[in-house]
Amino acid sequence: MGTFIEEFGTIWGAFLATLSLTAVSGVLAFAWGTVLAVMRVSPVGPLRTFGTGYVELVRNTPLTVMFFFWVFVAPSLGFVLPLGFWIAVIAMTLYTASFVCEALRSGVNSVGMGQAEAARSIGLTFGQTLSQVVVPQAWRTAIPPLISVLIAHTKNTSVAAGFAYFELVASMQRLTNKHPTDGIVIFFGIGLMYLVITIPLGLLAARIERKVAFAR
Amino acid sequence: MSGSILYDAPGPRAKRLDRTLNIVFSLAFVAVAAWIGYAFWQRDIFNDRWAVLWDGALGQSPADVWGSLAKGLGRTLLAAAIAAPVAILIGGAIAILRRGATTRWVSMPPTVLTELARGLPVLLLMFLAKFVFGWAFLWSVVFGLVVYNAAVVAEILRAGLAALPRGQREAGLSIGLSPMRTTLLIELPQAVRIMLPALISQLVVLLKDTSLGFIIAYEELLRTMKLNSEFFGNESRIVFFTVGAGIYILINMSVSRLATFVERRLRERGGGKGLEPPEIGPAGPIPQSGVGGPAREEGAHAGDPMFGAGRRPESRPIPQRRPGDGERRGRP
Repeated sequence: MGTFIEEFGTIWGAFLATLSLTAVSGVLAFAWGTVLAVMRVSPVGPLRTFGTGYVELVRNTPLTVMFFFWVFVAPSLGFVLPLGFWIAVIAMTLYTASFVCEALRSGVNSVGMGQAEAARSIGLTFGQTLSQVVVPQAWRTAIPPLISVLIAHTKNTSVAAGFAYFELVASMQRLTNKHPTDGIVIFFGIGLMYLVITIPLGLLAARIERKVAFAR
Repeated sequence: MSGSILYDAPGPRAKRLDRTLNIVFSLAFVAVAAWIGYAFWQRDIFNDRWAVLWDGALGQSPADVWGSLAKGLGRTLLAAAIAAPVAILIGGAIAILRRGATTRWVSMPPTVLTELARGLPVLLLMFLAKFVFGWAFLWSVVFGLVVYNAAVVAEILRAGLAALPRGQREAGLSIGLSPMRTTLLIELPQAVRIMLPALISQLVVLLKDTSLGFIIAYEELLRTMKLNSEFFGNESRIVFFTVGAGIYILINMSVSRLATFVERRLRERGGGKGLEPPEIGPAGPIPQSGVGGPAREEGAHAGDPMFGAGRRPESRPIPQRRPGDGERRGRP
């Protein structure tokens, strides 16, 4: 226990590193995922094909392979990026966006056919149908899966530890080397830092689910 | 098609617009692809570096190259093949304990443990086994995979069990089975059946997570790709990456397809009567999608025999008569 308190400075720094990576790549992934979702439900064929292809490809690629690409392969294709934070942001963004896209799309698909038909039949335009009828309902269904995507995203940032970004899991390696006898304490300490992020998110998701549950 | 929810059947103008947009975007994508190809060509990506795959290099025959990749793939699959059954067994045991338990003292510890295991990154668990317990590479990878996936499997099965109609459990208890036997003999087989697609999808996650072994230096497929590209020089990186990533994507896509196939089959044949797999949220099944759907019964039409059961009243053709139509009836 002493070790945890003694090294709390290091762990706190690593916690902030995890948090900032989660936040920055989370926001970017949400933006890119929304664009992908719009592509996948758009009436334009080639955009749909692109969206579907992207999601299929990225969802079946391990995150480690994604990191591997940006760290080891991209430089030989001419993308030389600063190692560490920004590579992690790019890999995490591209990866998580495909899951965000699927969560949003399942939301749109869950809206009953009759809703859009009813909206059109009372004379709403496409924009009005979308903004007044479809999106508000799709959004409610999409929130719980979006939060589980966010939880997985938070835990996935740990992969950056293997690619020269010093965050919580990387700090565990450093601290266990420094204090070989206190490994268990360090593990629980660092696990606690993750749970501090993931458990409140889970509770929030459960709350929102109860709140937005509605009849269909 | 997903678009059909949002769009009306296109009229002539929309069709013309659609055709134009199709052509414009197709051309744009072709142009981008061509530009990327040209950029690659300028960087000599398509030179003889690919020959390592069929001619070999540095005294290694192509059989050696593919052999080493196959060995790496074998280790990836080995880790998955050990971890998956163990995770499913433990996860199943936890789900049964939680469901069949008669006191909180039995059901509480597994609940807390699964919540903890689900909230931790797999890599952290692998690091625990590797650096704290000092286990071998393979067993560290397996440990991380088992702990996390057992918790997820337990959660999937819990959702499946919760989604069964109450009558199943009541029937089991009323013929004198103990709660544990009811769970084991009556509820679990049905829960596994409706949650099969989710379980198979979880297998994809497990397969993907074996690549975390790369970070703790387990010599699986990704590490083999790296080692090969180090041996054959930097030029070959893209070659081995293409092959390795292709293998990963191919395997995962086939398993994903299997999950979709099973799901469709269950839906068509009916997994039990009218049972639908609930969605798995971060905190269990999403309320409005449970079986029989509480939302469908609690909503605006609760108690209405027609809407409450999710049925719409059938519409009847309205008899239309025009003057002079005689006895003929037409549909509107």
